[in-house]
Amino acid sequence: MNSVVAGITFRAVLGRRRVLLLLLLPLLLLGLAALLRALGSTDEKAAITLMQVYAIGTMLPLLGLIAGTGTIAPEIDDGTIIHLLSKPISRPVIATTKFAVAAGLLVLFAAVPTFLAGYLLLRGEAGIAYGFAVGSVVGGVAYAAVFLLLGVVTRHAVTVGIIYAVVWENLVGGYVPGARNFSIQQWAQTFAAEISTSGFLNASVSMGFAVPAVLIVTVGSVVWAGQRLRVLSLTGDE
Amino acid sequence: MNIELAQVSRWYGNVVAVNDVTMTIGPGVTGLLGPNGAGKSTLLHMMAGFLAPSTGTATLDGTPIWRNHQIYRSIGLVPEREAVYGFLTGWQFVLSGAKLHGLPSPEDAAAKALAMVEMESAKDRRIETYSKGMRQRVKVAAALVHDPRVLLLDEPFNGMDPRQRLHLMDLVRELGASGRTILFSSHILEEVERVAQHIEVLVAGRHAASGDFREIRRRMTDRPHLFRVRSSDDRRLAAALIADGSSGAVSLGPAGLEVQAVDFRRFTWLLPRVARDAGITLTEVSPADEDLESVFSYLISGSTR
Repeated sequence: MNSVVAGITFRAVLGRRRVLLLLLLPLLLLGLAALLRALGSTDEKAAITLMQVYAIGTMLPLLGLIAGTGTIAPEIDDGTIIHLLSKPISRPVIATTKFAVAAGLLVLFAAVPTFLAGYLLLRGEAGIAYGFAVGSVVGGVAYAAVFLLLGVVTRHAVTVGIIYAVVWENLVGGYVPGARNFSIQQWAQTFAAEISTSGFLNASVSMGFAVPAVLIVTVGSVVWAGQRLRVLSLTGDE
Repeated sequence: MNIELAQVSRWYGNVVAVNDVTMTIGPGVTGLLGPNGAGKSTLLHMMAGFLAPSTGTATLDGTPIWRNHQIYRSIGLVPEREAVYGFLTGWQFVLSGAKLHGLPSPEDAAAKALAMVEMESAKDRRIETYSKGMRQRVKVAAALVHDPRVLLLDEPFNGMDPRQRLHLMDLVRELGASGRTILFSSHILEEVERVAQHIEVLVAGRHAASGDFREIRRRMTDRPHLFRVRSSDDRRLAAALIADGSSGAVSLGPAGLEVQAVDFRRFTWLLPRVARDAGITLTEVSPADEDLESVFSYLISGSTR
């Protein structure tokens, strides 16, 4: 971890227009929760559907994409990253720092609002709010690592990331149960279900699979991103 | 410190950008001269550790440069691309560089570096408000902040106004005179000539010439020159020029005379005299091949002979 790299990365991500999405998506979640509460439909089932479909199923991967790729891909694209790379700092340290910034942003903009929305609807009922908050943190960390790696290995990180989240996780995962094993949002739901005691919340991936999967994917992605950064080639304008 | 390239080639797919280049860059200022697309940036990126040679080795005092972030303790790099973190002020940018280098007193180092490029007055403005020349200078300050023994600059004088350009040229010369190893790339001969003691010429990815700038200048001026001449009587002028050995082929066309001057100095001295003695008025004398491309292509044909 390097505090100078972290500071610059933080400002770079928050300085872009995409940061509006970081705010809009959680605001929408809180708005929906407030609406449900106002309508009086604060039963467990409605709350869990909102959390599964929107908080974990839509908001988390999108924010993961913005934060994960946003901490590195634009800098590689426009060459500003040379300022960080032309210093006697190991590249894996730079990758790890950027991962930490992305993960931190996801806790702030995804996990905290998820908890607030859950709490707004159900208070502490059946541990649902806590469960989805922890699930968001775990999923956010994994998304941050995977999308950071995408930002380093491909110039089309956002496209590839959207294809993964929409086509693989939501479309294929919806029809092919086996595909859910390789879905970050399913792992997030596994953690949520583990913590919550609600009978409406069932995970399709076991903890025995989700825990090692999250660890391997997160650590592996960050290490790989660091190694790829070591051999990052910059070509001139010629 | 010396940067050494040994039989370095670099290709992208089927395109060869740098072809079997061997050179040593030592203390003092070296100019890397070549037309656009000659592979200067590719070569510089290999020296700076941002590109792996496809074959051959690039070393800094014997240590491999590629995949070795420790070299940046000794190397300062000024990339050609303009992009820098626009949301930072010049001061924050250079200070962040000093901190990333882990310098003992980053504030002092940043202040000193900004003073070297005369950017103190604008240091608290965000970089996105800077002109191209100011960005260039703040990049130079960031590259100098850790007082590196080696400085690599990719087209550093591009986009600077004449005063800034002269100032940076002076700075580069001073840094070179203090024993640092400095390499800068340029496609403008005059620029290189004014700053560099030593010149390496790169044409179409090949190392076309190397040497003292006087040597390179002589090889560039002593080539056969092609002139286009118009006068009051082209036919008689042609006859008078042929009679003297300093001009080779003389051809008469609708656009006037085309004269191949074999001996450049003698020809430029002779032409007005011949015209005056024959009572002919010269209306136009223009070089037909003074563009850099033809100068470079002459050099490379010379280097393969």
